[in-house]
Amino acid sequence: MTDKRMTEEDVVAELRDGMTIGIGGWGSRRKPMSIVRAIARSDVQDLTVASYAGPDLGLLCATGKVKKAIYPFCSLDSIALEPHFRNARQSGSVQTLELDEGMFLLGLQAAAWRVPFLPTRVGLGSFVVDRQPEIRTVTSPYDDGEELVAAPALNLDVAIIHMHRGDERGNGQYLNVDPYMDNLVALAAPRCFMSVERVVDTDELASSGPVQSMLISRLMTHGVVDAPKGAHFTECVPDYGRDEAFQKEYAASAKEPDLWSAWKAKYLDCGDHAEYRKVVGI
Amino acid sequence: MSGVGTSRADACVIGVAECFRGDGEIMANPIGTIPAIGGRLARDVFEPDLVMTDGEALLVANGIPLGVDDPAKTVEAWNPYRTMFDVVWSGRRHVMMGASQLDPYGNQNFAFIGDPAHPKVQLLGMRGAPGNTVQNVTSYWIPNHSPKVFVEHVDVVSGIGYDRAAELGDWVREHHELRCVVTNLAVLDFDGPDHRMRLRSVHPGVTVDEVVAATGFPLAVDTDVPETRAPTAEELEVMERLDPRGLRAQEVPG
Repeated sequence: MTDKRMTEEDVVAELRDGMTIGIGGWGSRRKPMSIVRAIARSDVQDLTVASYAGPDLGLLCATGKVKKAIYPFCSLDSIALEPHFRNARQSGSVQTLELDEGMFLLGLQAAAWRVPFLPTRVGLGSFVVDRQPEIRTVTSPYDDGEELVAAPALNLDVAIIHMHRGDERGNGQYLNVDPYMDNLVALAAPRCFMSVERVVDTDELASSGPVQSMLISRLMTHGVVDAPKGAHFTECVPDYGRDEAFQKEYAASAKEPDLWSAWKAKYLDCGDHAEYRKVVGI
Repeated sequence: MSGVGTSRADACVIGVAECFRGDGEIMANPIGTIPAIGGRLARDVFEPDLVMTDGEALLVANGIPLGVDDPAKTVEAWNPYRTMFDVVWSGRRHVMMGASQLDPYGNQNFAFIGDPAHPKVQLLGMRGAPGNTVQNVTSYWIPNHSPKVFVEHVDVVSGIGYDRAAELGDWVREHHELRCVVTNLAVLDFDGPDHRMRLRSVHPGVTVDEVVAATGFPLAVDTDVPETRAPTAEELEVMERLDPRGLRAQEVPG
């Protein structure tokens, strides 16, 4: 029986320059932030990051890890625009592929099902299709002959997601109201690393919530990181809400290089997740 | 004069609510403060079969008040993000979105301003706008009617307008529908020549000239432009219940 437990640093050791990383969650909700911070502290570079993005993309942009971003939005939810991501965009330092929210879902699904694209009308007539040569159309082979968008597979090298509970074999459970696309993110990569609020016995998963909450099976995962408060400062209800005060401080640090240096020194350069928890007091 | 004794925000709420009249049993998905109040008011008063979310992953049968912690919810279905796309793509939704720019044909931008590789201002991104405008009925809410928002040409097309839909296939042409644009000054629709934007009504206290001046392109204006109707006594009561903290007046003062 394989014990998949590892640390955030073990996950980073699996990454290589230039990889495409998919990150679960949505905006500033249930993001695998302890792994994201470990990546931000590492030497890895030139990443392509695909995400329903929030501070995951913002932090990786601010630390110069991102060559290209694939996203339908980048938001902190209670702060509509992610300021670190805005800085990166407005300085022209990241390449982008702008996708519709639903097209992003289709891209994950296509990658998970190992097909090159899925057809849709989403994107027709918009910037997504008309101004981005990467996105192509396809003609229906049936009698309708309709021109459709071929939403390209978002083939990831590595996926990282955060769940509320998991076991050491790599089964995972979410306990909030929305699974987001986390199982599709997991399946869109040959390897998925999952952080969890708490590693529990397998039996405890089924007793913690309805079986429908057991979204992630060990078929989908290659590593489990025991990371209490691992989604901080993003929302991880019911275990904890978003740390709005902390998020404000993070957002404010985008205003001046000095503020960012101070934030980075305090909360990023402090060390691993255990040290971070001490510094933040969580 | 109608509307005496009620606020500009109240007129906006009624303008929003009227957008959903006749929609029947579909999802009304108004995004924003005044849109949420208007949509919920429409359901409570005259469009009882509308389906609405709690702003997150639940469909709730009761009109929940804004700005209240842990309001009572009558949950009628689960609607996580992935299910929302099923709703949108099956055409069972009327969404009301915001826009940073809107052109005469209803092309919408809230993604960014300027060069795609090096934008002057990064905004929200595409969000669901490309899919929404192709797959379900779309309306817009603009709390700051000005020539900066209503522009001849948008920098980036996130949501598609009538001129672009006309160049796409039969299916899109038949299903694409932009219903209304509600602003702090007026209600607009796309019943002008070639589906160009037309002034449908002005809110009480606003003149047609003010709306024309605040719009950065020639607006189709009929000879007689009516006033946005005043709320009824019942609607004012419902508004107070849905917005006990007066959030609508913070979004649109006066």
